[in-house]
Amino acid sequence: MSVLVIDYGMGNLGSVRRSLEECGATLVISEDPAAINGCSKLILPGVGAFPDGMDHLQRAGWVEAIHDAVNVRGLPMLGICLGMQLLASMGYEGGTTKGLGLIPGIVKRLEPTAEKVRIPHVGWNELHRQRDDDLLAEVPDRSDFYFVHSYHFVPDDNHDTVATTPYCGEFVSMVAKDNVYGVQFHPEKSSRPGFQLLKGFLKH
Amino acid sequence: MLKVRVIPTLLWKNLGLVKGIAFDSWRSVGTVMPALKVYNTRDVDELILVDIAATLEARHVDYEELNELAAECFVPLTVGGGVRTIDDIRNLLRAGADKVSINSTAYDHPQLVSEGAERYGSQCIVASIDARKRADGQHECFSHAGTRATGREPSAWARELEALGAGEILITSVERDGTMQGYDLELVRAVTEAVSIPVIASGGAGNYEHIYQAINDSGASAAAAASIFHFTHQTPMEAKAYLASQDIPVRNANVRQGFRQSA
Repeated sequence: MSVLVIDYGMGNLGSVRRSLEECGATLVISEDPAAINGCSKLILPGVGAFPDGMDHLQRAGWVEAIHDAVNVRGLPMLGICLGMQLLASMGYEGGTTKGLGLIPGIVKRLEPTAEKVRIPHVGWNELHRQRDDDLLAEVPDRSDFYFVHSYHFVPDDNHDTVATTPYCGEFVSMVAKDNVYGVQFHPEKSSRPGFQLLKGFLKH
Repeated sequence: MLKVRVIPTLLWKNLGLVKGIAFDSWRSVGTVMPALKVYNTRDVDELILVDIAATLEARHVDYEELNELAAECFVPLTVGGGVRTIDDIRNLLRAGADKVSINSTAYDHPQLVSEGAERYGSQCIVASIDARKRADGQHECFSHAGTRATGREPSAWARELEALGAGEILITSVERDGTMQGYDLELVRAVTEAVSIPVIASGGAGNYEHIYQAINDSGASAAAAASIFHFTHQTPMEAKAYLASQDIPVRNANVRQGFRQSA
């Protein structure tokens, strides 16, 4: 069965496609929610602003389709970067916007903890594992992943935090709840550890 | 901890890989694809690919060629050259760029930066500034591959670009470019102090100490370099090992092999 990469007009899907293919996945990239029916896993990539992301998902009819696939059919889903943030209940980027609500929590702006701390957080930074997870089974602890973002996910329940990353204090860089996963970094641009994580999701 | 990035720059002209001195005297240093593959295999932090002739020849990057290059690249790729419209940004992102570098057009049409940031997110808009030091000691921004004076002062322009929504600034010293005499530390420092977004220093790296200075003395978040990697035996990996020895946080300081063989 194939992996569906949701194309909702938020950024470059080329690198997501290429890295998943490199991991041996069979992919469907679609703008049509009906494509979910033939797929066994979902990936929600995306870069850009939270309100635009939700608006695009809603307009194309993805919101219900995703809820059905994840909550009723129990398909595993991975959100990447903005895709991770959209899993939250609420986003506070440019106003207040309701998210997909698949992992309870909010998305807010990174706040510099010192004068020299630059926003956006751009570059390679490490993951501090807070609990074990299948997706990280093959990833050495403290591996560096590539980040580029100004907002971050704050889950309601600490147990949904899989990993944190030291920047502006320590923010949540990976979340998981049942069959839903979210990563703030870009595994598709993170070289070896990125491939290890994506392979973990494909095996899941 | 956030790591300092060492970024090889690949300059691209008529399908060839070139390097010049002070934005002139271009010499061919091979072809782009093998260089990109080597850097990818060696797992560099990031790559910058600039089509240096695109703006002067009033054309855009060859998207098909870019698509083939990007397919071999599993680290972040910034692409620049001849970016004039929002469609150019879209096409570059679609062809596999992760970030787009905007330079000349921003002077006359700053809304390209704001619209690009609004539509595709600040994270993929790298505002690139080429500056020369004038005889009076002041720095001035130049557009069109260093050929046109703009009358603007780099740190003020960097602040404007930040306000427009740029996610990073790439600051290049035109006259240091290709000389391997070291970065213009004063220029880089002026820009890092002016903005709160990450700054990539470019132009002049000739040894690892130069890279260290750009980071440590001038506050750059990343150092871009070309000649040092084309014309000497120095490598991005060794540069990072040197930075690590100076207590600068880097990624994979001691990893010698690439990832793809065992991926």
